[in-house]
Amino acid sequence: MDGISITLQHYLFLAALLFSLGVFGVLVRRNALVVFMSVELMLNASNLTFLAFARDAGMDVGHLPALFVIAVAAAEAAIGLAIIIAVFRSRGTVNVDDIRTMRL
Amino acid sequence: MTTFLFYFFAILTVVAAAGVIAARSPMYSAMSLVGTFFCLAAIYALLLAHTIAVLQVLVYAGAIMVLFLFVIMLLSLGEAVGPAKVTFPRVVGGIASAVLFAFLVVAARPFVPVGAQPPPSFGTLQSIGAQLYTQWLAPFEAVSLRVLVARVGAVVVAKSRV
Repeated sequence: MDGISITLQHYLFLAALLFSLGVFGVLVRRNALVVFMSVELMLNASNLTFLAFARDAGMDVGHLPALFVIAVAAAEAAIGLAIIIAVFRSRGTVNVDDIRTMRL
Repeated sequence: MTTFLFYFFAILTVVAAAGVIAARSPMYSAMSLVGTFFCLAAIYALLLAHTIAVLQVLVYAGAIMVLFLFVIMLLSLGEAVGPAKVTFPRVVGGIASAVLFAFLVVAARPFVPVGAQPPPSFGTLQSIGAQLYTQWLAPFEAVSLRVLVARVGAVVVAKSRV
């Protein structure tokens, strides 16, 4: 062990930074596909938190939620991209500012 | 060594994640996202989560990104023109996510690392599989059903005529 070893906090800060970047992407990008990719960044940040705590506690039961997050992300990507295709078919755009039928 | 590897891959991850958001074309965003997933897989391996690291590359960088690339090519979206402008919503979004980051850092600080010594079986496919098919069987079946429903839903939604 050297002086500046990597602790739990390092991983948590990296996850926090990734999650914040994902939130930033969701808030500022107008392309629905890029918004979707930012959501994937946030899911990965949560996975990193699970794995960091699992490593710190020395119990790999924390790996299973991460596994389920990956499976749910696969399902979410399939249905989300199908919706984007359907919207593009009917509107000709994937800009989230132009899709405002349900807005008051 | 772990310190060097962590900082190397952490910086690469953050740079690639920033590239996802900053890229003008969705295709460059997708490529940056693949890079993010690979670097994160390395970080997962540093955390001794070998199984999850392999799944990250297989499922995320493989399956999910191929799906993204297919949709990007299918829609053939044009690139955004002109330089990125600093607009009011972007400034507000930046401030909001910076505040969120500050809150997350404050929330993460007080955790005292346990620093437990992981058993030799930690994170192996055998250990994960044994828990998945005993203790976590019900969530596993629920997720498999969810993926099936999502696949059927995707076909129905994306079809032009049902």
